[in-house]
Amino acid sequence: MTTVTTNIPPRDYRLSDENAQLAFARGLASAEWYHTDVDRKAIKALMKRHDGPAIRDTLIWLGLLGVSGLAVIALWGSWWVLPFVLIYGVLYGSACDARWHECGHGTAFKTAWMNDAVYHFASFLVMRNPVTWRWSHARHHTDTVIVGRDAEIAVMRPPDLLKVVLNFVGIFDVWYSMKALLLNAAGVLQEHERSFVPEAEHGKAVAAARVHVVIYAATIATAIAIGSWLPLVLIGGPRMYGCWHMLMTGLLQHGGLADNVTDHRLNSRTVLMNPVSRFIYWNMNYHVEHHMFPMVPFHALPQLHALIKHDLPAPNPSIWDGYREMIPAFLRQLRNEDYYVRRALPPTAKPYREDLHEI
Amino acid sequence: MSDWIDVCATDDIEEEDVIRFDHGARSFAIYHSPEGEFFATDGLCTHEQVHLADGLVMDHIIECPKHNGQFNYTTGKATRLPACDHLGTYPVRVEGDRVQIQLSE
Repeated sequence: MTTVTTNIPPRDYRLSDENAQLAFARGLASAEWYHTDVDRKAIKALMKRHDGPAIRDTLIWLGLLGVSGLAVIALWGSWWVLPFVLIYGVLYGSACDARWHECGHGTAFKTAWMNDAVYHFASFLVMRNPVTWRWSHARHHTDTVIVGRDAEIAVMRPPDLLKVVLNFVGIFDVWYSMKALLLNAAGVLQEHERSFVPEAEHGKAVAAARVHVVIYAATIATAIAIGSWLPLVLIGGPRMYGCWHMLMTGLLQHGGLADNVTDHRLNSRTVLMNPVSRFIYWNMNYHVEHHMFPMVPFHALPQLHALIKHDLPAPNPSIWDGYREMIPAFLRQLRNEDYYVRRALPPTAKPYREDLHEI
Repeated sequence: MSDWIDVCATDDIEEEDVIRFDHGARSFAIYHSPEGEFFATDGLCTHEQVHLADGLVMDHIIECPKHNGQFNYTTGKATRLPACDHLGTYPVRVEGDRVQIQLSE
């Protein structure tokens, strides 16, 4: 690993017309990204869709969610409820993100309606408008960590570390999510949302937000009516007390790495993880692989990793190791926002695409 | 006026697969359906100009490799977001063992 500083202008993350023009002028927007050469037959086999793995995992997920939720209800008022609240919270507030993501890509299941059903359910759990966020994520894949274009940059430079820490209990995310849902439900799409959601989709975004808001309003009304926090612990609350695993794994995707480049090996991180985290995260720890080949379903990412690892930086061997790399980078970026971690490529890899990302 | 342009041999494209074909300044995607028929569309996705030849053919659907937008390649119709605009389609014929595409001048 080497550390790099560059000399580029201060970053403006607003998705404005001016920033879009700048990104296009630099060749960073809608650019051609580096891809590892792979045999067509091999990648076709990995891209092939199956219902089986996602049905199995979804039944396990919903089963555990149901059982732990029933245990929370049954043990409410006792200290014995705590472990079940923690389990339910992670299954709701963290696992939802990976289901939202994979089903949004349409790769989790072979059958389209299954992708759509889980996508809408998970969108509600993660408090995201299923319409606006589908377009936001398409932009994230077009312009990954391109300043002024990507709407899903989790940690902007210089890093707001207080915000990062508070988001482990969803403080800012829930605030911004609820604000967006309420505005959408009132018929208003914010400026950045209008920049990536086609006008023809605005009506669908408003309708979806209204459904979410009605369910949250009913939950709050029920809690008040019965004089108990239980409805909020079961619905909505887990997006705060159970989202820590989503943050823990999600920050590693791009945190501390390069921005304004067109080579996913420079701006994305693959981290080897334990089986429980990989189940919750649906294998998105293979994040360089996912960005290079987003059509490969979650269950085939380990095989994709084996196929192309000769061309990628070595993966971080653990979550802990990833944080040992990322946290010092965040701290360095407080003093120098141009700093980023640049990982060494193995001798078998093609060089980074310097021609595409030098500014 | 239109011409039939030679593209490739029939066995250059596996069934349920796609290849890229460039002609002049234009780029096309040529498909071999599971039923053994051949089809041709514009090569670039209407959403973000990514080449569809790197995508996945499933039955009569081509899925864009970048954002998973889908099209029916027999009609060009966009069938899954973020693809909204349809693809252009072109007549294809097989002469002997050669696949040919008809392009308007």
